[in-house]
Amino acid sequence: MLKLLRQIAVTGIASEPPPRPDPTLRVVEQRLKGEVLALFAGSLSIRHVDAGSCNGCELEIHMLTTPHYNLEGLGIRFVASPRHADLLLVTGPVSRNMETALRRTYDAVPDPKLVVAVGDCGCTGGVFGESYASCGRVSNVIPVDVAVPGCPPTPTALMQGILTAITARSRAG
Amino acid sequence: MTGDATLPGTLDTLGLEVTPLRSAVPAWHARAGVERLREIAIGVAAKGGRLAALWGADERDRGEGFALHLALAVDDALLWLTVSLPADRPEYPDLADIFAAANRMQRATYDLVGMRSTAADQRPWLRHAAWPADVYPLRRDFGLENWYGNDIEQYRFVQVEGDGVHEIPVGPVHAGTIEPGHFRFSIVGEKVLRLEERLGYVHKAVEKLFESRDLVAGSALAGRISGDSTVAYAWAYAMAVEGLTGVTPPPRALWLRALALERERVANHLGDLGYLGNDGGLAFGLAQFMRLKEEWLRLGGSLFGHRYLMDYVIPGGVERNVGRHGCEEMVAQCDRLEAEVRVLKDVYDDHAGLQDRFLTCGQLAPELARSLGVVGFAARASGLALDARAGPGFEPYDRLEVGVKTQAAGDVAARVAVRFEEILESLRLLRTIVEGMPLGEIATPFNTVGGGGRGLGRVEGWRGEVVIALEAEGGVIRRCHAHDPSWQNWPALEYAVIGNIVPDFPLINKSFNLSYSGQDL
Repeated sequence: MLKLLRQIAVTGIASEPPPRPDPTLRVVEQRLKGEVLALFAGSLSIRHVDAGSCNGCELEIHMLTTPHYNLEGLGIRFVASPRHADLLLVTGPVSRNMETALRRTYDAVPDPKLVVAVGDCGCTGGVFGESYASCGRVSNVIPVDVAVPGCPPTPTALMQGILTAITARSRAG
Repeated sequence: MTGDATLPGTLDTLGLEVTPLRSAVPAWHARAGVERLREIAIGVAAKGGRLAALWGADERDRGEGFALHLALAVDDALLWLTVSLPADRPEYPDLADIFAAANRMQRATYDLVGMRSTAADQRPWLRHAAWPADVYPLRRDFGLENWYGNDIEQYRFVQVEGDGVHEIPVGPVHAGTIEPGHFRFSIVGEKVLRLEERLGYVHKAVEKLFESRDLVAGSALAGRISGDSTVAYAWAYAMAVEGLTGVTPPPRALWLRALALERERVANHLGDLGYLGNDGGLAFGLAQFMRLKEEWLRLGGSLFGHRYLMDYVIPGGVERNVGRHGCEEMVAQCDRLEAEVRVLKDVYDDHAGLQDRFLTCGQLAPELARSLGVVGFAARASGLALDARAGPGFEPYDRLEVGVKTQAAGDVAARVAVRFEEILESLRLLRTIVEGMPLGEIATPFNTVGGGGRGLGRVEGWRGEVVIALEAEGGVIRRCHAHDPSWQNWPALEYAVIGNIVPDFPLINKSFNLSYSGQDL
């Protein structure tokens, strides 16, 4: 126990400041009103769905809740059920075998809800594209608010995408 | 290249006409009639050999019907066995009674190529409901862009009956940030009587996408079969391409690849040790290990150009050099990390609550692990000293005296212990590699024009052995089969949870941490 406490003391705080929202990541105009967003900004619940990813994006999503990024410090947490979620974080090209599961998960999230598509595959289909086995980009299957490119996107880029989804500013350009 | 390797003793006893395959690992190719298939498989198994991979190919355009391919691990070599089957009746005898891992590979081969084994279990594996049962996507006359209606699949799970038995269905969307798959638990009270896995949810046409790509372009796809093992896949793929084309990467490139592969191993073990602490109720472990992992990824990103080292290994060499200054930074980080990992190992070892969760949980007995053909660190935690870096060994590992870390108990505690030891061993290897790394070029220029035949790659990734079997014509991929160690280890998880309580499943599952994407392809 002493070793554990000592390690906590010598480690200190590793958390870094969060990134600013980036309106260029928006796919559609902000659909939600300011008062709803104000609530989300204080306490947002995310449900992650892997709809066909190579698991690279999942590695970076895991990093969001670690000391350096400390997403929970911003009042944003991951939940185990879509019924508890405000935002879906979807990775992968949507495989045909996950198509139904993704639609059902989306339907299970109560309104008002937001969707962030993650990674080059989530944004465009990536190296997997569209085929007999893949629906390609996430927006081919469910509505997407914000798309975060990268293979995989860094944790900072992911945070930026999530924060963009819950800010009131509309799409740039 | 070991094209002149001596024939392993076991191969000699099989009565096959074998030809050596040019590869960085000892590899041989042979053909056999389907009537000899079981006899050969039994002969290999009797000598302690394993089924490393099984796949099929459509050869009707060459007038050769269908081809069943097996990669058999025999002594320290791989035997690539090809069995021709007639176009009108592509059937072969079931091998699952000889090699347990064959069951799902045979079913996947039917789903994709339409070659049927004689096994009683004919349930689909990779096919759910996105394409009809009489359509086979890996046949050469099937177009990638074909599109069929989708439906809800009705899969026939094995039913467990008896007083008080009930089922818990889990997935494909899981509670945590993990990949999708379905687990069907049959339980009494809290005790698991049986777990049945249903995978294939992230099948995304990887093998079809390989077809018609040129040999260099295939590398980016290979590196995205299982993102957490991108270095292992890219290296195995490069090894196959280099054997096929006769391109020899410069020595420095091979040493740089080993740096990348060991960094990948350390990164994954760090993350999993954190999650294992967390799943055992010690959130401190997650915070500490993920902090270390993040620092590790950052240096990897600045030295290799990518946090997870994607696209670093390319056919012919590596994408960029790591200079002296970078090497010094790496060694300093290894020293720092070793000190921290030793502290955390003491904390884990001394934590009674954690050890109570780890010990005897999710046991996979050595004999069972052997009969299931388990590979990688999971095999080593069940007493099997399997590690392609040590046997057969390939450059530069053949000069590094890789310590193969084993434990006998086969429980979660053993898999945790092996991962701790492997981090320390990888740190030692990283320092040794930096010290011994030869100077010189980092890539051999690559001419993709031409280049036909077979190539085989085999690399010990952090999870286990990755095998790439490649066939090309005129510099273009004809068939590329990528084999993830998870094929062998998923069935072992079903056994490891028997008799445990449901709440221990996440812990047991994480202790194996198998790839869905790697086996769903």
